[in-house]
Amino acid sequence: MSQVRVLVGTRKGAFVLTSDGKREKWDVSGPHFAGWEIYHLKGSPADPNRLYASQSSGWFGQQIQRSKDGGTTWEPVGNKFVYAGVPGTHQWYDGTPHPWEFKRVWHLEPSLSDPDKVYAGVEDAALFESSDAGQSWSELSGLRGHGTGPHWAPGAGGMCLHTIVIDPSNPQRMYIAISAAGAFRTDDAGKSWRPINHGLHSQHIPDPDAEVGHCVHRIAMHRSRPGTLFMQKHWDVMRSDNAGDSWQEVSGNLPTDFGFVIDVHAHEPETIYVVPIKSDSEHFPLDGKLSVYRSRSGGNEWEALRKGLPQKDCYVNVLRDAMAVDSLDKCGVYFGTTGGQVYASADAGDSWAPIVHDLPAVLSVEVQTLA
Amino acid sequence: MIRVILPAHLRTLGRAGSEVTLEVKAFTIGGLLDALEERYPMLQGAVRDHVTLQRRPFVRYFACEQDLSHEPLDTPLPSPVVSGAEPFLIVGAIAGGSF
Repeated sequence: MSQVRVLVGTRKGAFVLTSDGKREKWDVSGPHFAGWEIYHLKGSPADPNRLYASQSSGWFGQQIQRSKDGGTTWEPVGNKFVYAGVPGTHQWYDGTPHPWEFKRVWHLEPSLSDPDKVYAGVEDAALFESSDAGQSWSELSGLRGHGTGPHWAPGAGGMCLHTIVIDPSNPQRMYIAISAAGAFRTDDAGKSWRPINHGLHSQHIPDPDAEVGHCVHRIAMHRSRPGTLFMQKHWDVMRSDNAGDSWQEVSGNLPTDFGFVIDVHAHEPETIYVVPIKSDSEHFPLDGKLSVYRSRSGGNEWEALRKGLPQKDCYVNVLRDAMAVDSLDKCGVYFGTTGGQVYASADAGDSWAPIVHDLPAVLSVEVQTLA
Repeated sequence: MIRVILPAHLRTLGRAGSEVTLEVKAFTIGGLLDALEERYPMLQGAVRDHVTLQRRPFVRYFACEQDLSHEPLDTPLPSPVVSGAEPFLIVGAIAGGSF
């Protein structure tokens, strides 16, 4: 019988939620690493019991934890993230130069085929890789070094590399996104990179159509169509059908197109999900009604999904790494809130129920579908 | 033997007791931290920066009711710490646990 394992990172620890394929009754394990911020944890597609977690603290900095048994036990591995060469400067909030300084790991993306290989997206923005199961890390410096780095600037959460998407059909191709720089693509396994932001329009930079400077919040891809990308930008929901070479807005009838998360149905590559948030200063749902919006047409035409979600006095946020899908039939959709709820839908979003509702603020949600 | 008291999170991370004892080659603040990181490699980077060896901003060093946080790494340890009469305390600053 299938099993689902939901990996939840929060402000004060990690939690592992498990259920059978019905997804009705859940076991809750945790907090793991109690008291530490867990920005992200994720399992290896090649070995589902191999998990990696980013553990950080204002006191004691960055740790990386690894589990070989699906999260039952953990061991600390390498935490030395050193920028290659002279780090240089990026823009500060006011546009002045500011030195690159490592702060934390936002996102860990295990290789699709090798459980010992994992990528780390960090703040200040850079991409690191480990080929020894997290023991040692080296920067893929072609990203910061390709030339536009001095024009990158922090978003409200810091200057973070938060999204890493690996092309399942082409191991040489990978996408990353940075707030606030934009989206970037490599076609040579991380050696060289180029911005892929044509079509993005952002009012917070002097040239709204500039090559870099865009606050991309999240990018999602369906495995069967690796050339099609969906993006939740600061404002605007976008799609690309040419591997990021150009983007078109697909916000359509969304009540607000600000938000953080975006994800794709496991079996329907044109069915996508977002959680509209009122604005960049009012980080909560419109009118206190928590709503997921679903498009079955790859954007533009959206329907509100509200059944089971709070429709009164709800003022939580859903952060960029806090939505995921399982691959069961029907597709399960999950998201976590800054209010500590993790909501699950076992029917592709038609109805929702909380798995847990009193965790610390949720930073990330990942899902593993286990045979 | 030098006695070191770690904050709770570093005890958990290092799988160490509330007080650890160290054999120290150089009886300085830096020598003590070198010995601590050699015995507990998982604490590398958690007390001070890997490369610059600068103390992390929200970590403090206390001993004999004195604040040694801002002393250079080659500062000699106080005699009661060297003799084992007093512990060396690594402390998380009161401001460090936001959220």
